[in-house]
Amino acid sequence: MSWELFWLLVEAARLTILLSVVSIGVFGFLIGVLVCAGMLSDNVWARRAGRLYVSFFRGVPLLVQLLLIYYLLPSIDLDVPPVAAAIAGMSLCTAAYQAEIMRGGFAGVSKGLVEAADMCGMSRFDTFRRIRLPIAVRLVLPALTNEAIMMLKSSSLVSVVGVVELTRMAQDLAASTYRPLELYAAAGFIYLVINVVVALLGRGLEARLSWGRT
Amino acid sequence: MSFDFALLASFAPAIARAAGVTLFLWVVCAGLGLVAGFAIAVARRYGPRFVDRLLFVPVEIIRGTPFLVQVFLLYYGGPYVGLSLDNMPAGIIALSIYSAAYYSEIWRAGFAAIPKGHVEAASCVGMTETQTLFRIILPEMTMLVLPAMVNMTILMLKETAILSIISVPELTLTVSAIGTQYYAFVESFTVLALIYWALVEACGAAGRYAEGRLARYRFA
Repeated sequence: MSWELFWLLVEAARLTILLSVVSIGVFGFLIGVLVCAGMLSDNVWARRAGRLYVSFFRGVPLLVQLLLIYYLLPSIDLDVPPVAAAIAGMSLCTAAYQAEIMRGGFAGVSKGLVEAADMCGMSRFDTFRRIRLPIAVRLVLPALTNEAIMMLKSSSLVSVVGVVELTRMAQDLAASTYRPLELYAAAGFIYLVINVVVALLGRGLEARLSWGRT
Repeated sequence: MSFDFALLASFAPAIARAAGVTLFLWVVCAGLGLVAGFAIAVARRYGPRFVDRLLFVPVEIIRGTPFLVQVFLLYYGGPYVGLSLDNMPAGIIALSIYSAAYYSEIWRAGFAAIPKGHVEAASCVGMTETQTLFRIILPEMTMLVLPAMVNMTILMLKETAILSIISVPELTLTVSAIGTQYYAFVESFTVLALIYWALVEACGAAGRYAEGRLARYRFA
């Protein structure tokens, strides 16, 4: 395989990275925080809504979600480019996983610590800010890194709705050059490199946040 | 626009058959993956060290690349190295390999989580290594890994949808074909999503029930 073909794949990988950062790191994370807040809220309806959200978006294959959103948006007179539909689909899906991970993190904060803070006279907000949040962040970091990697791989599915990211580019090039073996292997290699980088970043962040860990 | 769900109801038998294919793929691939994953985990733990290092590479490659790319590599790339497969066997092989890599990691974590004291105690009372494996390690480990196994197995059910891209006649392909034929995309994908949701929730409930029933065997 020539370098030119490989560079075309690398170019396309930039869109894969962009899609992933925007939907996993920005929209998915924000929606995930909201859904998690709903699940942890005192309001029973907010809890139910949060749980329903998580159950649906974790219960339906991402491919089906993407297809549904891709065809649903025009049918309610929202003409958006495929990239927007892809970002919407990925964000909604990863938000459910992230919300569940965050909920698990808060559930993992030992009760004694929260009670101790209460005994010291900390307000609910202070307890959250100083005790529950920092501990939960450390607890969820490995799982969130894992989710980012899973989602990055799943971003290959947006090739189905016509977004020319890494997988779609490999597909198009394979069709025109009759070299599927090299092209898909190269695409896989690029995904692998990106994922290794993400894993290393996650581990670095964990190390930074683990000072004073008991 | 109008939603025409009656149209899909008239295709109920075809959809049910396709759901059968999905469940078939799921059971076969998860079964093969579980067994192969166990073999990989055992080989990595009990085999010589070079086996562990040798198996590390394919396991990490499979876990680090998208399933879709693996499917394309096998299905479209295979014929160039003399491996021409129909879509169904290609799908089963790809999904089994993919799940074997993930299952092997779960088994591995299970082996690592057995308290050393239990193994030492077994050898103190005179159990051989094989006895320790079958009487102590395996039963304890099965309980430890069960939640992760249930999770992964449910994930597998959703992965089968990806096989529709290489035209395996499973649920997603069948329902979206109806959608294309009658120009009823939103209805078909809504129904499709609901079917998967119901399947996944049912399997999740079954898994949680099994976990609850088996919880009394939990000693580690």
